[in-house]
Amino acid sequence: MSAAEEVVAEGHEAVEAVPKRAMTLGTGTSLVVVVLLLIVPLFTKNFIIFQMTMLLIYGLAVLALNILTGGSGQFSLGQSAFYAIGAYISAVLMEQFNVNYALTLPISGVLCFGVGFLFGKPALRLSGVYLALATFALATAMPQLLKLNFLEQWTGGVQGLVVTKPDAPFGLKMSQDMWLYYFTLAVTLAIYIFSVNLLRSRSGRAFMAIRDNEIAASAMGVDVALYKTLAFGISAGITGVAGGLGAIAVQFVAPDSYTITLAISLFLGMVVGGVGWLPGSFVGAAFIIFVPNIAESISKGLSGAVFGVLLFLVIFLVPHGARQIAIVGQQLIGKLRKT
Amino acid sequence: MELFTNQILAGIATGAIYACMALAVVMIYQAIDHLNFAQGEMAMFATFISWQLMQWGVPYWGAFVITLVLSFLGGIAIERILFKPLAKAPILTNVAGFIALFAIINSCAGLIWDFTIKQYPTPFGSAPFLGSQLISTHQAGMIGVTLLLLIGLFFFFQYTRIGLAMRAAAALPESARLVGINTSWMIALGWGMASAIGAIAGMLIAPVVFLEPNMMGGVLIYGFAAAVLGGLTSPFGAVIGGFLMGIFENLAGTYIPGVGNELKLPIALALIISVLVVKPAGLFGRHIVKRV
Repeated sequence: MSAAEEVVAEGHEAVEAVPKRAMTLGTGTSLVVVVLLLIVPLFTKNFIIFQMTMLLIYGLAVLALNILTGGSGQFSLGQSAFYAIGAYISAVLMEQFNVNYALTLPISGVLCFGVGFLFGKPALRLSGVYLALATFALATAMPQLLKLNFLEQWTGGVQGLVVTKPDAPFGLKMSQDMWLYYFTLAVTLAIYIFSVNLLRSRSGRAFMAIRDNEIAASAMGVDVALYKTLAFGISAGITGVAGGLGAIAVQFVAPDSYTITLAISLFLGMVVGGVGWLPGSFVGAAFIIFVPNIAESISKGLSGAVFGVLLFLVIFLVPHGARQIAIVGQQLIGKLRKT
Repeated sequence: MELFTNQILAGIATGAIYACMALAVVMIYQAIDHLNFAQGEMAMFATFISWQLMQWGVPYWGAFVITLVLSFLGGIAIERILFKPLAKAPILTNVAGFIALFAIINSCAGLIWDFTIKQYPTPFGSAPFLGSQLISTHQAGMIGVTLLLLIGLFFFFQYTRIGLAMRAAAALPESARLVGINTSWMIALGWGMASAIGAIAGMLIAPVVFLEPNMMGGVLIYGFAAAVLGGLTSPFGAVIGGFLMGIFENLAGTYIPGVGNELKLPIALALIISVLVVKPAGLFGRHIVKRV
């Protein structure tokens, strides 16, 4: 139990230090998960495939926040804004300029990276609560900005845009939902591998040094300003790709789909999954997609209260999120192997 | 020029609402070092309790006092039951707890009192104040109560033993414990006081925005922003921040073309952020220097 106790004991920091290896899953476990993700859709209904697609998409968005918060120790309530920008860029490019859907994603990613990087610049001076407020301002402004009149010829104003769902290419005999699922899965895997490697790289170590002690990091020669904005940009870029995928999957974008509620959900997903533990992002995404539905089915009138109680249960039982379960599980397996 | 002064007056009137809420926000921030996202909902619930009491025939001031006592106890109960066990958990987990509390209170209030808008009485009347069409006696009363509250808090923190103990517990918990202060109960006391101040804010705001479970959503955001603008360490700053917030918002709505009701908030927030970039601790906040 020593590692778990250590994790609990050092809980005073906003984001506690995580050993590098503990940020990911082992190779064996990862392979099993990937195989499961590949096989399961073959045996399920279209609606469940759609939900799994959404799970991957939200998982990506939570992952992006996790890189920012768990990696570099900065906090953002503005992820919904980047998600919205990504979604709108993809939708507008597909519908107004007839760009192929797969090509719109990198464009969304790069543009969101730019927006995030630029936003990160002035936000650098702020930290903690103040940064939260600044990003929050961005999130509340975004739906209003999308409704602005002079953008209406592209964005469709309050009504939003309908996006056509792509068909499977190469004459594959596959439903649109299933093709989109595999497409999303491929993008997700690529970004996941990128993120894992990013956190293991020189830049990742710089992020974590800033998270653990900014002053010490700068004393060791880490360019704090550059890496903080870089973390913001990368996080925004990934969120943008997730937003683009989300627009294609839901087939609709409208300003009011991207309110502050979305940003709060993504934040909850990160906490439930475990801050700083990348695979947890997908557990957290499952929580924010399915638990509101479960709450609704338990009691219609009190769905908010049921959701709140379930959330409290989770944070009481595992204050460090799914990561805590994973650590305890790992130790159990380790013990079993020894005996 | 007359338009300008009128807009400032109207801004001060709305600012009083934000100032009240900001005061509650700063209270809890002093005690626990976090922003409580459920603060507005706690205030809303307290306001509903007072409304219910009045429906049962309790006179206004009776209901007012009973509600204050109940919300004080309620605040302490929430801290003891829900947040004391989380004291050692990471800060972000605590924030998730606030969001959960928000959802629970909002949904319960909706179930008990439903979502229809209710009238809420004011003890000050709603006639024009001193012949001005822009400020009603209620709004003037609200400003008065906010200022009284501020003075009361100032004396409490500055001149009473328990106020001093609370400040010590918030500033340096370890040292405070060493000199015999029960820091854990000081936090609970902070919750209770914040909850009671929130209840006062709720009862003063309700006649203006009408009573319904979502009434505090917008107000709380402005309250947070006001508290941050004034400096989270200073109750005085929070009140000034609240008034400035109201004035900003009104002036932006009047003078910047193309700003409708919906863009007021982002613009006010953007302005605050530009203030923060220049003065990171807020207008009246103390800059906390970290030892390396």
